[in-house]
Amino acid sequence: MSIDLSKTTFWGYRRENGRVGTRNHVIILPVDDISNAAVEAVGHNIKGTLALPHPYGRLQFGADLELYFKTLIGTGASPNVAAVVVIGIEEGWTKRVVDGIAKTGKPVTGFGIELHGDHDTIMRASKAAKEYVQWASELRREECPIKELWVSTKCGESDATSSFGANPTVGNAFDKLYPHGTTLLFGETTELTGGEHLVAERCRTPEIRAQFMAMFDRYQAVVDRHKTSDLSDSQPTKGNIAGGLTTIEEKALGNIQKIGRKCKVDGVLDKAEVPTGPGLWFMDSSSAAAEMVTLCGASGFAVHFFPTGQGNVIGNPILPVIKLCANPRTVRTMSEHIDVDVSGLLRREMTPDQAGDAALDCLLRTANGRLTAAEALGHREFVLTRLYESA
Amino acid sequence: MIHFVVHDENDSVGVVVVEGIRTGQDLEGWIMDQDKTLKVKAQQDIPIGHKLAIRALKDGDTVVKYGVDIGRVVAPIKVGEHAHVHNIKTKRW
Repeated sequence: MSIDLSKTTFWGYRRENGRVGTRNHVIILPVDDISNAAVEAVGHNIKGTLALPHPYGRLQFGADLELYFKTLIGTGASPNVAAVVVIGIEEGWTKRVVDGIAKTGKPVTGFGIELHGDHDTIMRASKAAKEYVQWASELRREECPIKELWVSTKCGESDATSSFGANPTVGNAFDKLYPHGTTLLFGETTELTGGEHLVAERCRTPEIRAQFMAMFDRYQAVVDRHKTSDLSDSQPTKGNIAGGLTTIEEKALGNIQKIGRKCKVDGVLDKAEVPTGPGLWFMDSSSAAAEMVTLCGASGFAVHFFPTGQGNVIGNPILPVIKLCANPRTVRTMSEHIDVDVSGLLRREMTPDQAGDAALDCLLRTANGRLTAAEALGHREFVLTRLYESA
Repeated sequence: MIHFVVHDENDSVGVVVVEGIRTGQDLEGWIMDQDKTLKVKAQQDIPIGHKLAIRALKDGDTVVKYGVDIGRVVAPIKVGEHAHVHNIKTKRW
């Protein structure tokens, strides 16, 4: 089997702003922690909607507040989302989130709880959600060229099998997607430590290289400022170490396999920032799985490749997360979590090219609507990145 | 049968890719970049995904994997011994 991507199409939902999604969610989005109860009640009342509770949104300020708004608005604006009901404690910040999402042209309505209480808010928001979910259920997928598919990647609970199994499989798929004008994303800034020079060499221009190194150095300074040890058990994680990874340098070199051998880094993004064109983008981001994948969703990515070694079980509410694994023990003991088994690479029964094609095959089926293992299992980790304490 | 994989022939370590490697077992390794094989005798039990030394390493040596520096040796490692956090540390943090 060899996939000819020049003729390949997928079936997606074309949104009002032209972007193409792989899912058709109607989400109920809280502006803050104290609106979660109302949001979950609406999600329970109206079948087919998806409530996204989260613990933040009060007394944040400065850059941390801006990131919070960018992440919430980006999540609502995602092409994987058909329509949004926003609920906040008061109407000011609720309106800011609604207005941000409304720029895409998609249906969105906001509700403030103050002066109404939970009961009245839940009733009014449920009525709006019912209209949206019935409207969305009649939207149809259309055939789209592969260049309209935005694909992100981040690995987790990596081990040494990730570095020559699942991660280079994603790299092989990225190398094949890249020439067709797809938009691709990687990140995990601290997890490039020891291999940052290799990423810098891959940057398309000296300007992009300087931007990348500035982001890398900034994050190193954060580590240096707060560290109380060599970060062993945090980065690499206890799971990484149990899996045989010893140092951050070793982990980084495995991580970098995900961007293949041919793609160039065409630009850098701040957290939750949306790419402005096709190519491979680096996002300055945490390496914690749920934080990073949530940022990928908020930046408009429609499908995610997640290679794992020891078996990270993460999913995301709006972004389908495809798990790839080369560790035969993980594939055996945690098979319900694995979408693409590439353990044959370790036995020399599968070539990197065949593994990359298996990843692309799963990518296209997932883009066309097949549920990932994480979706079927109900993994909906939605985790906002915080920069510092609330006021 | 391949028991361990080495990325590059200049690397100092290989990675065990099968379960149940026991002390004294004769292991066959595959060097991916050069597509060669080599043989090493396991000096310890080594779990899948963990590293073994394919050349003798002494205190202070640089450990090379993928042809790149992945840390420093903090306790001597003989060929076929388990190479991990008890004898290798990061140089970065």
